[in-house]
Amino acid sequence: MKAAVIVFPGSNCDRDCKVAIERSTGAHVDMVWHGDTELPSGVDLIVLPGGFAYGDYLRCGAMAALSPIMREVKAAAERGVATVGICNGFQVLCEARMLPGALLRNERLKYVCKAVDLEVTNAQTRFTAGYVGRRQVAMTVGNGEGNFFADEATLDRLEGEGQVVFRYVDNPNGSSRGVAGIVNAKGNVLGLMPHPDRAFEPELGSADGAILFQSALASA
Amino acid sequence: MKAIVHVFLKPGVLDVQGKAVEQALHGLGWGGVANVRVGRTIEFDLAAKDAAGAEAEVKAMCDKLLANTVIESYRVEVA
Repeated sequence: MKAAVIVFPGSNCDRDCKVAIERSTGAHVDMVWHGDTELPSGVDLIVLPGGFAYGDYLRCGAMAALSPIMREVKAAAERGVATVGICNGFQVLCEARMLPGALLRNERLKYVCKAVDLEVTNAQTRFTAGYVGRRQVAMTVGNGEGNFFADEATLDRLEGEGQVVFRYVDNPNGSSRGVAGIVNAKGNVLGLMPHPDRAFEPELGSADGAILFQSALASA
Repeated sequence: MKAIVHVFLKPGVLDVQGKAVEQALHGLGWGGVANVRVGRTIEFDLAAKDAAGAEAEVKAMCDKLLANTVIESYRVEVA
């Protein structure tokens, strides 16, 4: 099993992601620079990590979405490779139009950094299959612009098609309908604001994030 | 040519910064202030033959990078 973590200038959870994937799945993890023009061959999972890619200039994720490597990430996702964007990575996926919606400033303008309980809204995706039988999981959030927004019609569609995967039990940032994580229509691209990479061992307060990486690779 | 792009959150999208600024203005005694929106202005020089062509080009830049049309609308001035 092989995973790739994309490193943008300003990413700061890239190493966390590498360690989290290695320890929870044993997969080999390559770090891929944003300026690269190809992904390692045979990659089973691509992760866009948290941080402040390009200093959040213009809009969070806007510049990163146009990085050379993103052409390859898009192509791989179109081939069906499991792709996960965490926090800033979720913002990048929305800016790249690989996921619908956008992330706005938090409702109360505050950077929110805390443990959150999440409802697993859909345990039948390739990322959440390991949560079957679990209604609730715990991870942490750390974001200033994690307020998920999409128009009503898009939200209805996301809910109707089972694309809302995680929902906040106690909405920390004003996200529309409490959405914490969504998948694309094909089900192979996941974006979520909470950090599975900060919840992969009991010592971190929760090991629920490990299940997400395990599920993603088990489905490859 | 000089291009000026104004980018604002769309009317239906909650502008929390605008809300905070509005409250601050109310606090300073300007009670008549309403509907504050905080946007961004981007300006640059552009090599172009005519205004119409320049405007089309700048709009393409907006759609591709300068604005996120999921949440933002933009207005272009070319002179």
